[in-house]
Amino acid sequence: MKKNHNILELKGASSFFAALMAIVAGLLFGLVILLLSNAKEAFPAFLTILVGGFSAGARGIGQVIYYATPIIMTGLSVGFAFKTGLFNIGASGQFTCGAFIAIYIGIKWTFLPPEIHWLVALIGAMIAGAIWGSGPGLLKAFFNVNEVITSIMMNYIGMYLVNMTIVRTVYDALKNQSKSVAKSAVLPKAGLDKLFNTNNLNIGIIIAILSVIVIYIILQKTTFGYELKACGSNKNASKYAGINEKKSIVLSMVIAGALSGLGGGLLYLSGSGKYLQVLDILAPEGFNGISVALLGMSHPIGILFSGLFIAHLTVGGFNIQLYDFVPEVIDMIVAVIIYCGAFALLFKHLIIKFTSKPSLDSDINNKKENEKLKENINKLVITEETENLDNQKKDNKEEL
Amino acid sequence: MNIIYFVAQQTMFFAIPLLIVALGGMFSERSGIINIALEGIMVIGAFAGIAFINVTQNSMSGQVLLLLAVLVAGISGGIFSLFHAFASIKLKADQTISGTALNMFAPAFAIFVARMVQGVQQVQFTDTFHISKVPFLGDIPVIGPILFQNSYITTYVGLLIALLSWLIINHTKFGLRLRSCGEHPQAADSVGINVYKIRYAGVFISGILGGIGGLAFVVPTSTNFNATVAGYGFLALAVLIFGQWRTKRIFFSAFFFGIMKTFASAYSGIPVLKDLPISNEIYKMIPYIATLIVLTFSSKNSQAPRAEGIPYDKGSR
Repeated sequence: MKKNHNILELKGASSFFAALMAIVAGLLFGLVILLLSNAKEAFPAFLTILVGGFSAGARGIGQVIYYATPIIMTGLSVGFAFKTGLFNIGASGQFTCGAFIAIYIGIKWTFLPPEIHWLVALIGAMIAGAIWGSGPGLLKAFFNVNEVITSIMMNYIGMYLVNMTIVRTVYDALKNQSKSVAKSAVLPKAGLDKLFNTNNLNIGIIIAILSVIVIYIILQKTTFGYELKACGSNKNASKYAGINEKKSIVLSMVIAGALSGLGGGLLYLSGSGKYLQVLDILAPEGFNGISVALLGMSHPIGILFSGLFIAHLTVGGFNIQLYDFVPEVIDMIVAVIIYCGAFALLFKHLIIKFTSKPSLDSDINNKKENEKLKENINKLVITEETENLDNQKKDNKEEL
Repeated sequence: MNIIYFVAQQTMFFAIPLLIVALGGMFSERSGIINIALEGIMVIGAFAGIAFINVTQNSMSGQVLLLLAVLVAGISGGIFSLFHAFASIKLKADQTISGTALNMFAPAFAIFVARMVQGVQQVQFTDTFHISKVPFLGDIPVIGPILFQNSYITTYVGLLIALLSWLIINHTKFGLRLRSCGEHPQAADSVGINVYKIRYAGVFISGILGGIGGLAFVVPTSTNFNATVAGYGFLALAVLIFGQWRTKRIFFSAFFFGIMKTFASAYSGIPVLKDLPISNEIYKMIPYIATLIVLTFSSKNSQAPRAEGIPYDKGSR
């Protein structure tokens, strides 16, 4: 399967605008769905979705941040892989493996000094995720196996493997889940819990933001990141330019896996009463990461905000249960946002193409002036068109 | 011998949906459109089919009802797939993204509708479709017990679809045109083939087959539909790749996976496997590990359609 992800790499304000259009379309779709199912309660419920985390003051915002932290990490993982031309649909498995190792170290390695216990657990989570991510990377690089299929298979293998090992090592048979981790393995709160008046918050969000910054720097400011991106946009050209494309594929999957694994660690060490359940269900955080990455246009900063936005909607989704609606409405809204986003980008592409058509004049001495002129002409054309439209409307009205 | 029959009959339940869906994927991908949305299409098809059975099962039962449900599932899957077709053909959107969106939408939609209408997520149905033995045919030695006992009519629908697909893709004008659009759409266009139309048709067929496959998966293996097809759409993609986008090879790889899946879910009914000191989870992992191994050795010389995943633009060179 060849992919064409360079559409994702268009920059600037217009991509923000395109995302905004898609969001509006998705929300409108949500409103229609609500209206169709229960017209009476639709508007208050819709308002609840919009208000989302802001309904409960600082506590609500804290809740949004708590939900956002893991999906920012998985989103970063998927987005990073996208940038390097790979579709990491296996964030779910990497997330689960990271979560398991974090919990395992959190429970068993109590011999560590309490100051670094949580840190070691997080590093363990990263390594586990990286190992799980390296599988599809290696197979892709050396055996030309499609990474989408392999990472899906790795999701299932990871889930069953983790279920099996939980039962054998850190099992709470009564509740069919993992035991609770030692106190020293829970992430430090650093006063965030008091600031937002919720027990779930800790330095996890700070680590997530730091990861965003690190990935941003790697992708935008380093040769290494440039090589990875080059492999993503054209494998053959980068090979010709002397980049080791096999190494790039493996490394970008390893990094993507480490990010997802870290996300798993951050969620399950947050001390919020979250345990790994022994169920045959793939971790949804991995798939939410795909939406976060797509909505954030695979840009690290975009992913940070789209993660917060989807978490905001998710909190709204919980709240609409008050009106007897199901939270799956949010999933549908997000799906429509992604769907529209896929071609909102395209419209943007057309706009860019339209505005930057090469001039027919053979001697372009003053490029800037030309561009300015062109912009003005475009504006004129647009205003004329709108005026025409207005006139037409008036005419129509008069006719009526 | 009874065990062999048991394994064969179980294999049918898993292999047939994979076969149908993978063949659907073949139609889409050989026309040049990656259809990662098969999972979502299966969910929609199964949901519509089961919902139809749920509503009408008081007035109808048996094979007629199941065949009608197959029809409903196929049509709804086809309609749902048109969203993917529209985005990836008309709007030239990224095919993976639009497919992902459909995959996300489908289960949420199924849960939403089910819970809004009946309060619970699971859509129940009564299994009146089980065929313990087909008259006459079931009495044939060896073939009878394997094919015509303890089966569902979806099995025969699936086998028929396989035969038809092979005929259509290899021996008709439409099949030739479809294949040419997946290999070199510009060349196809230059001889007057409407690439867009052919691709729409390819995706639509994959939607129909995906929907039918979803129903064929749920009916024999469960008594309710819980908004999931357990990753079968993705497994079908693996079957498609392992089958190198060719009908005959897809047929055999679907049965290979079916057998793996049978060991995973029905090993406790097979005495030899039951006594082995292997954990339950290991068996569940087997199909996925087998997929990885098999793909490792079969992907080097991939015969994927050349123009797959690339939106067709009349103006491009």
